[in-house]
Amino acid sequence: MTSPSDALDEPAVAPQEAAPTAFSWRRLFYWSVRRELWENRSIYIAPLVMAAFGLLGVLLSTITLPHYLRAIAEGAAKPGRLMSPYSFLAFSVMLVGFFVAGFYSLGALHSERRDRSILFWKSLPVSDLITVLSKAAIPMAVVPVVTFAIIFSSQSFVALWSTLVSLVNGISPTVLWRHLDLTTMWVVLPYGLVVNALWQAPVFAWFILVSGWARRTPILWALGPFVAPALVEAGAFRTHHIAKFMGERVFGGFAEAYSIKGDGEHTIHYITQLNPARTFSLPDLWIGLAAAAAMLAAAVWLRRRREPI
Amino acid sequence: MACIEARALRKAFGATVALDGLDLKVEAGRILGLIGPNGAGKSTALLAMLGLTPYEGELTVLGHDPWTERDRLMRDVCFIADVAVLPRWMRVSQALDYVAGVHPRFDRAKAEGFLGRTTIKRTSKVRELSKGMVTQLHLALIMAIDAKLLILDEPTLGLDILFRKQFYDSLLNDYFDRSRTIVVTTHQVEEVQHILTDVVFIDRGRIVLDASMEELEARYLELAVTPEQLAAARTLRPLYERAGLGRSFLIFDGADRARLEELGEVRTPSLADIFVARMGERQERAA
Repeated sequence: MTSPSDALDEPAVAPQEAAPTAFSWRRLFYWSVRRELWENRSIYIAPLVMAAFGLLGVLLSTITLPHYLRAIAEGAAKPGRLMSPYSFLAFSVMLVGFFVAGFYSLGALHSERRDRSILFWKSLPVSDLITVLSKAAIPMAVVPVVTFAIIFSSQSFVALWSTLVSLVNGISPTVLWRHLDLTTMWVVLPYGLVVNALWQAPVFAWFILVSGWARRTPILWALGPFVAPALVEAGAFRTHHIAKFMGERVFGGFAEAYSIKGDGEHTIHYITQLNPARTFSLPDLWIGLAAAAAMLAAAVWLRRRREPI
Repeated sequence: MACIEARALRKAFGATVALDGLDLKVEAGRILGLIGPNGAGKSTALLAMLGLTPYEGELTVLGHDPWTERDRLMRDVCFIADVAVLPRWMRVSQALDYVAGVHPRFDRAKAEGFLGRTTIKRTSKVRELSKGMVTQLHLALIMAIDAKLLILDEPTLGLDILFRKQFYDSLLNDYFDRSRTIVVTTHQVEEVQHILTDVVFIDRGRIVLDASMEELEARYLELAVTPEQLAAARTLRPLYERAGLGRSFLIFDGADRARLEELGEVRTPSLADIFVARMGERQERAA
């Protein structure tokens, strides 16, 4: 990673007395995010490993690809399966990204107290606010960006590879490219990732808050208050309102982004069916964001007062 | 303006009173040793000064309220609150990069210079370093920061004597100048006494003694007497008495030096002896 901080606001070899008394929040934020990435390399390694497995599968399917392309060219097969390796890559990398973001958030304000390094971090002029925001930025911004970058590069590789396979087997690449709608994929996917990140923000904010509060096993404290009542509800009333609420909060982002009328009904098929105006006027989205902001504020308050455990 | 000023500083954890009305004033350019038995409230006092724990009473550090103005304060204050708090996953080079990234007063070349005197490799992770090396690394980072106040809480705990000696020598020779202030707590009184300018004894949340080293030398005397002179010496109301080989050692507070010299050999007691004398006296009174 290069260091854009140099371009931010570091004075060029200033004389001693002109040294700044404080760095800008942008610079502190940049270094805070960077050190999170040093500590938690799984943020990019785990999705990379998933993508590598996906690519391995694609390489193995090279054996059957020429046969399938010829069948499409002759009209003997439908092209529907052509997109499936791309969708599979996107889905699996996003799923890994979700788990990485979740586990990261559950440790965000917990591991620094457990290993006592909080006493080192607090000896430096980085405020609790910047620290918490930089930690929140990992699941809410860094993971979606990393996810898209990995999906984009691995899909590009698959497209390139399939084109090569076509050429080598003497099949015109137009057969492949006529049915390969990557433009849609590369517009719809980042849109969905942005909506999903905003939609899931309260989930990760809750995890971060619990990680700053719990003395041990933050995962139990984070999930317990939802899972236990859901089980009680299911057992006592045979209803699933709490479980449904949890499911919508966790996975509802894509459903909202990619449905024509909301509620995950009527999945879109074309870019033009995306309706950001409708998605961004959903009250649930804004209620979630307000809750996320409140929980992060509480996390800042907690970090100010928490001591090593 | 005093560097640190505390008035009626109080802190209780439930029923346990850690600080029981502390009054303290530390001028700039001093090296203060905060000395006391376990659980005396030393660490709590330091945590309060660093804005890491709320407190009752008045406290200003470099003109700021540590609790409400902590972010501002941290630009001018550095601390080692405990040994081995450097994150274990961090590489030495990353530690240098990070501190240079966030601290405007960090002089990287200076830190590299300190590290150059050690065997610490830039590519090592903190978890791969020995305990002594972690402390050296932490000290190299902290000493390269041009701070007005440095607070050290038991910085040499668990280190062997060579490291401890090196640590304090380096602190005095490479770091300290008259514009900085250092506050240090430690159990190893003998090793810090030659670097201190001031000393505060603290016990059960209260200050037992607050004096400069010069005052201490002028006030306290140690008399070595043979058994024949012991009774006479005792009439001068010693603070503390301990038996040695064939002689007894008595510590006096504010006694007449000439009188004592008639009875035996007089010298300045070590800080550890004064500490034991004062703490022993308190325990007797409490009993």
